Amino acid sequence: MTTTESSAAPSTALAAKKKSGGLTAAASNYIDERTSISGAVKALGRKVFPDHWSFMLGEVALYSFVVILLSGSFLTFFFQASMSEVHYDGSFVPLKGIEMSAAMASTLDISFDVRGGLLMRQVHHWAALLFVAAIGLHMLRVYFTGAFRKPRELNWVIGFILFILAMAEGFTGYSLPDDLLSGNGLRIIDGMVKGIPLVGTWITFLLFGGEFPGTDIVGRLYSLHILLLPAIIVALIAMHLVFVVVHKHTQYPGAGRTNQNVAGAPILPLFAAKGGGFFFLVFGVIMLMATFFTINPIWNYGPYDPSPVSAGTQPDWYIGFADGALRLVPPGLEFVGLGGTWSFNILIPLVGLGLFIVLVMIYPFIEAWITGDKREHHILDRPRNAPTRTAIGAAGVTFYAALWAAASSDIIATHFQVTMEGVIHTMQALTILGPFAAYFIAKRTCLALQKKDREIVLHGYESGRIVRLPGGEYIEVHQPVDEYERWKLVDYSDYKPLMIRPDDRGRITVGQRMRAGLSRWFFEDRISPVSTTEIEQAHGDHH
Amino acid sequence: MAKDDNGGKELAAADSSHGGPDVPVGTAVVTRDAIANPGFPPHDLRVTDVDPKAERRAERTVYTLFYVSVVGSVFAIAAYMAFPINPEDPGSVRENNLFIGLGLSLALLALGIGIVHWGKALMSNHEVIDERHPVRGSEETRARAVEIFEIANEESGFGRRTLIRNSLFAALIAFPLPAVVLFRGLGPDTDPIELLSQTMWKKGTRLAMDPSGTPIRAVDVTLGSAFHVIPEGLQDLEYGKLEEKAKAAVLLMRLKPEDLNELPERKDWSYDGIVAYSKICTHVGCPVALYEQQTHHLLCPCHQSQFDVSNHCEVIFGPAKRPLPQLPIAVDAEGYLIAQSDFTEPVGPSFWERS
Repeated sequence: MTTTESSAAPSTALAAKKKSGGLTAAASNYIDERTSISGAVKALGRKVFPDHWSFMLGEVALYSFVVILLSGSFLTFFFQASMSEVHYDGSFVPLKGIEMSAAMASTLDISFDVRGGLLMRQVHHWAALLFVAAIGLHMLRVYFTGAFRKPRELNWVIGFILFILAMAEGFTGYSLPDDLLSGNGLRIIDGMVKGIPLVGTWITFLLFGGEFPGTDIVGRLYSLHILLLPAIIVALIAMHLVFVVVHKHTQYPGAGRTNQNVAGAPILPLFAAKGGGFFFLVFGVIMLMATFFTINPIWNYGPYDPSPVSAGTQPDWYIGFADGALRLVPPGLEFVGLGGTWSFNILIPLVGLGLFIVLVMIYPFIEAWITGDKREHHILDRPRNAPTRTAIGAAGVTFYAALWAAASSDIIATHFQVTMEGVIHTMQALTILGPFAAYFIAKRTCLALQKKDREIVLHGYESGRIVRLPGGEYIEVHQPVDEYERWKLVDYSDYKPLMIRPDDRGRITVGQRMRAGLSRWFFEDRISPVSTTEIEQAHGDHH
Repeated sequence: MAKDDNGGKELAAADSSHGGPDVPVGTAVVTRDAIANPGFPPHDLRVTDVDPKAERRAERTVYTLFYVSVVGSVFAIAAYMAFPINPEDPGSVRENNLFIGLGLSLALLALGIGIVHWGKALMSNHEVIDERHPVRGSEETRARAVEIFEIANEESGFGRRTLIRNSLFAALIAFPLPAVVLFRGLGPDTDPIELLSQTMWKKGTRLAMDPSGTPIRAVDVTLGSAFHVIPEGLQDLEYGKLEEKAKAAVLLMRLKPEDLNELPERKDWSYDGIVAYSKICTHVGCPVALYEQQTHHLLCPCHQSQFDVSNHCEVIFGPAKRPLPQLPIAVDAEGYLIAQSDFTEPVGPSFWERS
């Protein structure tokens, strides 16, 4: 295709339009003759997006990010990322005259001396909390429906990196006001990094520009927070969305929907209306929260001082799991030897959580290797139809939740009047045993639900109507399920355990053995979708 | 009704695999007697499709909502002017926040609900169907891509001229390395280990109250009390106040001498049941700020490590391993508490070079 061809087609189309239109047509023509934008409209304008509430989680993440950018830009006009010492001289009387950093003082000014400043600060913080939460839920949706399968594995990895970056943004932002809690959070990071063998001491020394807390860290985190991290996030979000366009959105099983089509609302106008309207809804809800609920009242905490700390302080929610992991380490895990100090009380949480998130990142590739399925998958799995995957997910969620809850161990202890030690020991047990229990329960539940689906497909719904037959026998009449509903219950891919066979050279490799073992674990308990033969047999039984 | 929006092709309903028959299915079970896809169900009409009254009502709702949104925006602007922040009145900040926020919330929510309602009630909701194609490029495209790479290789000699290629790799690997060195400048030209190993305390430094800086006399430390302590002179430091405080903060407690179980080599580190310990947790460095008078336990509020003051602050619970370092103290001629020396070990979290 040559350039003359591509620009000739749209201009004739627009020329036709021009006859009927006035200003709009003229403007469209003007722009198209300079940008060839009609091609983009043609390609994307009627692109189809399927409809489901769970598809909106990613939208919530996207829109709250836009809100973060808007409110954050406003805040940068007032915030001073400097740790030079000033005496606070703003409107908040209790802190008047107190020594603090310019960062803290300017944050107080935003809160108390800029009209609408407190509102924007709270919008920014609430939107950030929502952003991370929405990404997390979106990831859970993608995981439990198998939307990460081919061809979307790489987009899963991009989304995963975005999740990590979102937490990094959250943490750097939390540290900027240089209040008591943010400084204390940095102190914990400092202590954790110092626990890394060999390089830890130097990393914190360079990060803080000398000893903790120093006078550099706020400025450095600010560069990360408003420049480097957002730039990477914007680029990755763009890639994430380009892939959504390239792959076209997945859809849940439904009558008429196949792996070769996608059914739903076209971007123009319906999806644009729903999505655009939803942006304002998300923005509105964040605004409502910022209007009514205080968040991060730094004026209550005061400026950072290494000495005081109030009991019962909590990090922002998404850091909780890491803080909880630090709390749950059993006593005494620090050793001296091999030329240095080994702080396993820090390394175990660091490495453990590191492995956990790496597993999350590479899960799509593991599952693809086990099934060996190279087909594209655009029809989502209902979670019950992939019992082992769902059970693994449930175990992961339980592990995360136990660590997260552990971050509130002191609050749980004081609130429910139980001993601190008891709470920690319970949480330790939950972190280890909880995932196994969750795995077992989730897997059995999935299999039971699959069996129920089979029953419905084969014998219909229980109608509750009891009929007495001429012979005196009572039966309950079963209402057959219609073919559209039935399709939702039978449209899923079914896998059997891998049979290992020797390769060309008559050998069975260790890799194959491992794959077979995993495959057995995944697909040993399986319930196949109902086939036509089975339906015919079932009908034979009843009529 | 199942028309393809792109070309009106009939749908291939039954086969759920994608990418042609030659794509390996792995361990997936492909059956011949699978139930067939029944095709799209008939389209359900909405009440606004059949009842013109309902359609007009929906239209009214949508434009009313948009006007309500305008009212919200105007209200927010009015609130900005009507509720200024008055430094004399702390409640004015709350009112400013509340009313601007309410106006904006109304503007945003009404706008959002209006647009969504317009979409759901009035815009065509006929399902549109797009055809999918395999994500991989077509065979011709892929062949052409390979061909282009081959031509590029041929024209540049990238594969042939290995000397050039390998030296290019070397240059590309080497050029970012100076950036790594540049980052050394993030920290000052001092040795971090030395800094971490010493604090402001030295022989004769008086123990002073945090934050006032008033020196503490031994007689003022009553039985059972606990003091938050900094070295005298900390407040007068020109630079590095917080860095010094982050290392030198101390907790001072007085126990009955018979409750103190002192190590033999530290017998003279206390004074009449008064002991001083570093306040910086040996886990990750939070201030160990909570003292339980009855049990003589110190609790770190961050990760709940507990230290037993009567047993030279050894760890009795939680993730910390090492006891809090003890500051040897004595009393000077005027009765003020003084340090005998600096801490005899680095305070705060462990680090690699510590031992």
